[in-house]
Amino acid sequence: MTPLAFLVLAVLTVVSAATVVVHKNPVHSACALVVTLFLLSIFFVGLDAELVAVLQVIVYAGAIVVLFLFVIMLLNLQRDVRATGGPGLVTAAAACGVALTVVIATALRRAGAPATPTVPPGFGETAAVARELFTTYLVPFELTSILLLVAIVGAVALAKRQA
Amino acid sequence: MADVAIAAAKSLFIVLLVLQVMGLGVFFERKVSALIQDRIGANRAAILGFAGMGLVNTLVADPVKFLLKEDVVPAGSDRLLHFLAPILSVVPVLVTFAVVPFGDVLELGGRTINLQAASLNVGILYVLAFVSLGVYGVVLAGWASNNRWSLLGGIRGSAQMISYEIAMGLALIGVVMTYDTLDLQGMARAQGALIGGWLPAWGIFYQPIAFLIFMTAGIAESKRIPFDLPESESELVAGYFTEYSGPKHLLFMMSDFVEVVLVAALVTTFFFGGWQVPYLLRDGFHFPWGTTIALPSIAVAVLQVTAFALKLIFFTWLQIVIRWTLPRFRYDQLMRLGWQGLLPLSLANVVVTALVVVLVAGPTA
Repeated sequence: MTPLAFLVLAVLTVVSAATVVVHKNPVHSACALVVTLFLLSIFFVGLDAELVAVLQVIVYAGAIVVLFLFVIMLLNLQRDVRATGGPGLVTAAAACGVALTVVIATALRRAGAPATPTVPPGFGETAAVARELFTTYLVPFELTSILLLVAIVGAVALAKRQA
Repeated sequence: MADVAIAAAKSLFIVLLVLQVMGLGVFFERKVSALIQDRIGANRAAILGFAGMGLVNTLVADPVKFLLKEDVVPAGSDRLLHFLAPILSVVPVLVTFAVVPFGDVLELGGRTINLQAASLNVGILYVLAFVSLGVYGVVLAGWASNNRWSLLGGIRGSAQMISYEIAMGLALIGVVMTYDTLDLQGMARAQGALIGGWLPAWGIFYQPIAFLIFMTAGIAESKRIPFDLPESESELVAGYFTEYSGPKHLLFMMSDFVEVVLVAALVTTFFFGGWQVPYLLRDGFHFPWGTTIALPSIAVAVLQVTAFALKLIFFTWLQIVIRWTLPRFRYDQLMRLGWQGLLPLSLANVVVTALVVVLVAGPTA
């Protein structure tokens, strides 16, 4: 990815991410979230991680935010319903943001200039990711699937209790 | 520079092919419906007093009429999203065709050109990603119109499309396991092999259940009868695009038909050999009874592209016949079919396919 393309994408991403937080209308916020996720997936493509990029679009942009929108529309949330938090919350969030920026900047400066990236051939391809996932990281992978199963059972249990 | 030109030419070719087949789809829609309802088809349009070309006139007059109509934006609507929704509904569908191969390779001037606009190692996932983005057009159109019918249509649409995407993706896992690749071109090439020396190794022979699930889910994704609950004229006027007129309405109609062509293209690529012509290899025909006919590369490429286009047209026609044959589902029937019918069936298909693949091929490293 050329520096110019990176810069343009970065500015667009920050603007759309800020729109998610700032915009008064919940539907517009959700749409801005989709744009943010889509732009992030372009960064992944630039990093040779096509699989991560596509999964990001399928899972987050294609499914999760659709459900957000679904709920927003079903409840018919209006702009005045949206709770943005008091001045205390905003101040705390801003302070945390500044602290995080300082931490990242310090870490980057201590790490020094990055070595020239050398990626092995086939890096980021589905086969390479899958091989790592099912050999080196098999146990965490299976544990994650149990976590998801628990979440599904929990959702079903909640739905049954409501009915 | 030459690479850019070739990529542009390939992209242009596939888009033009798709739009041509889409036009044919509209033709079938008019003519098939007339034949099925036992009446004479659309033949009333006269261009400058000339009605001699019958249906062709209608096909020319329809888009012109849409483009010239007033574009009404309802009061109290969200103007930005109302404007964006039709675009968001047609663009993801057209972009998906980038990974659909329309031929094998073309040897031209010392170059070997892969006849696929974009060769991605995540091919199938790319298709699913953009199909899943198509839902935004429907949802946002429904919400932005400030109309109860539109909103109901949009909500129905989002629930329906998410439900059927799951069965669609799971059906494709069986196909991926059979051909051991995610790339659509690799899949089309693998289907050039022969089973028992004579039967083409097309997906339909390995994965018949996945074909039925995928076709059903595909028709549901394109929101046409029997799955047209998001628009259902008899209940919601026109559902999510009730408040659309003129060129924007044309875009929604166009995305409907392009989705039909997309389902046809994907069914062709996954289950009917894509561009494969039975017994046609890169150097000509090799029939199982021993006859060989040598052909130049350009002739092979032309035959393959023609075969792909004909299969595309056939499956477009088939979907339109289905659309004019079946009545609409009720909403609970739609959800039951998706979650209690197609989902368990596609999971079972995945398990059985995995077992067969391991038993036949043995565990691979």
